[in-house]
Amino acid sequence: MEQYTNRKFIIGAIILLVGFVFTIQLFRLQVISSTYKLSAESNTRRMEIVYPARGLLYDRNGVLIADNLPSYDLKIAPYELEAFDSLQLCKILGIDMETLRNGIRRVKRSAAERFNPFIKQLSPEVYGTLKEKQWMFPGFYFSTRTLREYRRDFAAHLLGYVGEVDSTVIKADGYYELGDYYGVSGVESTYEQYLRGVKGRKYKLIDVHGREQGSYNEGRYDTDAEVGHDLTLTIDAELQAYGELLMDGYKGSIVAIQPKTGEILTFVSAPGYKPSLLVGRDREANYRMLRNDTVNPLFNYAIQAQYPPGSTFKPVTGMIALQEGVATERTIYYCNLGYHARGVYQRCHSHPSPLDFIHSLETSCNAYFSNLFRLTIENRRYPDVATAYSHWRQYILNLGFADPLGVDLPYEKGGFIPKPDYFDRYFGAGRWYGLTILSMAIGQGEVLTTPIQNANMAAVIANRGYFYVPHIVKKIAGVDTIDSKYTTPMLSNIDTIYFAPVIEGMRLAVNSPSGTAYWVRHPEVVICGKTGTAENPHGPAHSVFIAFAPKDDPQIAISVYVEHGVWGARYAAPIASLMIEKYLTGTIAPERKGIEQRMLDGNLLYKEHETTN
Amino acid sequence: MRRQIDILSTIDWLSVFLYLLLIIFGWLNVFAVNYTAADGSFFSLSHRYTMQMAWMILSMVVILFIFAIDSRFFSFMAYPAYALSMLMLLSVVVIGTAVHGSKSWIVLGPVSLQPSEFAKLATILALARYLSGYNMKITRPHDVLIAVGITFFPALLIMLQPDFGSTLVYVALVLVLYREGLPGMILVFLLSVAGLFLITLLLSPFVLLIVLSSLALLIYVIVNRKPLHFVLVSLAAACLILIVTMIARYGIIPGNKLAVAYYTLGGLVVGSLVLGIRTKSRIIISTVLVLVVAVGFTYSVDYVFHNVMKEHQQNRVNVMLGLESDPYGYEYNVRQSKIAIGSGGFVGKGFMQGTQTKFRFVPEQSTDFIFCTVGEEWGFLGSFGLVLLYVGLLLRLIVLAERQRSKFSRIYGYGVVAVLFFHFAVNLGMTIGLFPVIGIPLPFLSYGGSSFLTFSVMLFIFIRLDASRKTYLI
Repeated sequence: MEQYTNRKFIIGAIILLVGFVFTIQLFRLQVISSTYKLSAESNTRRMEIVYPARGLLYDRNGVLIADNLPSYDLKIAPYELEAFDSLQLCKILGIDMETLRNGIRRVKRSAAERFNPFIKQLSPEVYGTLKEKQWMFPGFYFSTRTLREYRRDFAAHLLGYVGEVDSTVIKADGYYELGDYYGVSGVESTYEQYLRGVKGRKYKLIDVHGREQGSYNEGRYDTDAEVGHDLTLTIDAELQAYGELLMDGYKGSIVAIQPKTGEILTFVSAPGYKPSLLVGRDREANYRMLRNDTVNPLFNYAIQAQYPPGSTFKPVTGMIALQEGVATERTIYYCNLGYHARGVYQRCHSHPSPLDFIHSLETSCNAYFSNLFRLTIENRRYPDVATAYSHWRQYILNLGFADPLGVDLPYEKGGFIPKPDYFDRYFGAGRWYGLTILSMAIGQGEVLTTPIQNANMAAVIANRGYFYVPHIVKKIAGVDTIDSKYTTPMLSNIDTIYFAPVIEGMRLAVNSPSGTAYWVRHPEVVICGKTGTAENPHGPAHSVFIAFAPKDDPQIAISVYVEHGVWGARYAAPIASLMIEKYLTGTIAPERKGIEQRMLDGNLLYKEHETTN
Repeated sequence: MRRQIDILSTIDWLSVFLYLLLIIFGWLNVFAVNYTAADGSFFSLSHRYTMQMAWMILSMVVILFIFAIDSRFFSFMAYPAYALSMLMLLSVVVIGTAVHGSKSWIVLGPVSLQPSEFAKLATILALARYLSGYNMKITRPHDVLIAVGITFFPALLIMLQPDFGSTLVYVALVLVLYREGLPGMILVFLLSVAGLFLITLLLSPFVLLIVLSSLALLIYVIVNRKPLHFVLVSLAAACLILIVTMIARYGIIPGNKLAVAYYTLGGLVVGSLVLGIRTKSRIIISTVLVLVVAVGFTYSVDYVFHNVMKEHQQNRVNVMLGLESDPYGYEYNVRQSKIAIGSGGFVGKGFMQGTQTKFRFVPEQSTDFIFCTVGEEWGFLGSFGLVLLYVGLLLRLIVLAERQRSKFSRIYGYGVVAVLFFHFAVNLGMTIGLFPVIGIPLPFLSYGGSSFLTFSVMLFIFIRLDASRKTYLI
């Protein structure tokens, strides 16, 4: 057997070889490579995320609307835990033993859970008490971040709210990690990129007991947090507050725009809620409450509600007829309590007859605009009705209807102006005429618009032919300009001269004794407006009003919707008028206090379907 | 009394010294991992370090008994012990307690026993007894078959538990057979298959090609002893790479590095074959053929694994390989382990200062991954020291085995070397990322009573045999 003795060398060599390979690998891992020393998971350092404060929100005059409050989350480092007085901790935190036990079990079980706070957003009192006694509870530590604090607790639909990221958000944007906050809706969402700032990272050396021993490598790898950009909003805080006050008790919206710039001065969606409800520990509960509320306060009535515009659409019908040359401002039509033609009857109210363009607008004559609309749609200049209708529709689109305007708020809805093929499908190609779709003339039937589109229409009229896309942010701190889409004028293809009769009609509607909204006139400010009574299948008609003022140098264009307010002049017109007065004069004139009181006292919210004419 | 003194003077104190160093170092690390300030009394058996200390004391007692026993007893007891441990292995499959999905424990009150650990010892004893038999001839197929049967019967039972790591240990005993005369080709073949299988799963195709070709070239040069050929083949390879890259530029063949490697290797193989046939050099032809077979083998492993096997079958293989046996996944373990070892740096963080292992980022840190603590707290110096200790002990044991006059003692000694070496190589290899995660302990260091006691007894039976090497010729 001894001939195999030499094999001991081979076996020995194999052992030596393995030892040699291990030594090389160890040298590589421990001496050469720095990858493993610097690894984020290395626990000789503790990485702390420094959460930046969100950008502040100001109104157009520099009034602070929202800033930040520090908030403290309680986290657990499972392997730094030592025996502690659990009863006392439970008492301080106001939780039961089971919750504490579960929390500790959770972080011990899963490494991912360790980033999740054990208790989120401690109240300042609890934080204070616990901070004092923190030494008694090793393994428990705080993570500081900021929460929104609202100096003006309003405009929830506009400001939006901040919530915690979920897995879909994390997947979509690599910036976020578990436990981060982000803007879920409103301005907080649209301008999230600016508001959130940049998270910082601090690497701290810790010893075996988890105590900080200073910064790692003299802070060479630390990054500073960058505070978010402040936003100056276009809204006027005083006007916004006043608008919300007026709308209390109603369902609907106010959108006021500065016509020259497209800046949104007021953005009220009623019923609203206080944005502070969606901050802090009660956020979940409050959100559930709002969600289950039957009047639907989470719904954004200003940019998501689609209504028939009613008679506020008549200026549009009129302008297009003038531009198309099928009528002039001297064109006169009779109205015998309505429009009668080939079995079609468009009811109208009692007013002097016959009327020209301006006075038809003043009195809101259905028959007059039905005539103009039919002339436009059945215009012999075009080969067929569908072509004429397409032209008509193009005017409407250029006024900002149909598609969403592109406001810098999320979830904006468009309106509805059917394409010709819609009627082709419905009635058959070539089998529909001006008469078939006549109710569109007066903003009923198939036409749907959103309140902000209505306000934008008022702005187009105020500007005599163009508009800027309405927007909510005036300035981003540290950024030179806002999106160019909000600084480029959008032209309607209606000539300036055709606006004069429209504006005159709207002036008379408010300022002439025979006008539809004479009672909301202002002694000094010349308001041009148009009432609307939007019939709808849900109950009494909506009260609608669009207006701008002053007539010759418009500073404000406004749209007001009050659901089931019956007549445009009953609720929407006085509210719009008060808003205009407040914005232009700063106060409400004594002789108009009665109107104001009536609006403040009104309440349609909880008895809307009982209202009768 | 005279005999005792005799034994004291003939004991190989160097081995004992290395052993003591290892177990003290091991205990310090188990202590460092598990000690926390709030632990209370040291003497509570609920602490792992106290428990380990208890096992160490128990082992000392057993070792004293070993020295009190006549050395012939072990040879005599080999078969009964083997039979007993096979019975235990059988019973564990039936009544064992499952830990991590593997039924390998017998729980007796506070003590958990792992029969597969004792089975290693019994198997080495039985194998040594059989191979040292008077009529035994390792070259006779019948005898080899029985030897292999003795070795792999327990492996089969352990496979049923299932415990892949402990099963593999028995493959290491081939080293013993090799020393006793098993044809070297079998060892080479086994090593190659295992090596190929591993590198196929661990390396990318490109690296695999490079490694295999280099190996083929190396073997050829070693066997043929013509260093000039090495230079020639390298030159040819370089030229081919150049040409292939040039062709790839014109878009005739894909230009990625894997394709270039394929074409280059193809050219070399064809060229070598032509040369081999013309010069009638069997070495060239067989080298090339082996290379082709090896490449084919790795690709078929890869292909079968990824394309033929269903996903759940792949998972099963992975689990069997220990690749996915833990909740965090294979990557997590190895990564955490490497971070812990890497963070130790050259001199380490110091005793009890390790945070990676302390805060349990590393799983199983006091059992299979105890080396992480060594790496983290004692740094490269400590790790290298440990490797030296181990290699030193193993080489010393080879020296001891070779100086035995009795065949039984020598074979037993090699058995101990093979098992210790296998554990050392696989355990360290996995913690430093050179080997897939297979859960086997690091002898003398890992926490765990059964394995600690078994390895101690295993080693000291050999030291006992060695101490009386001049007394008996069994």
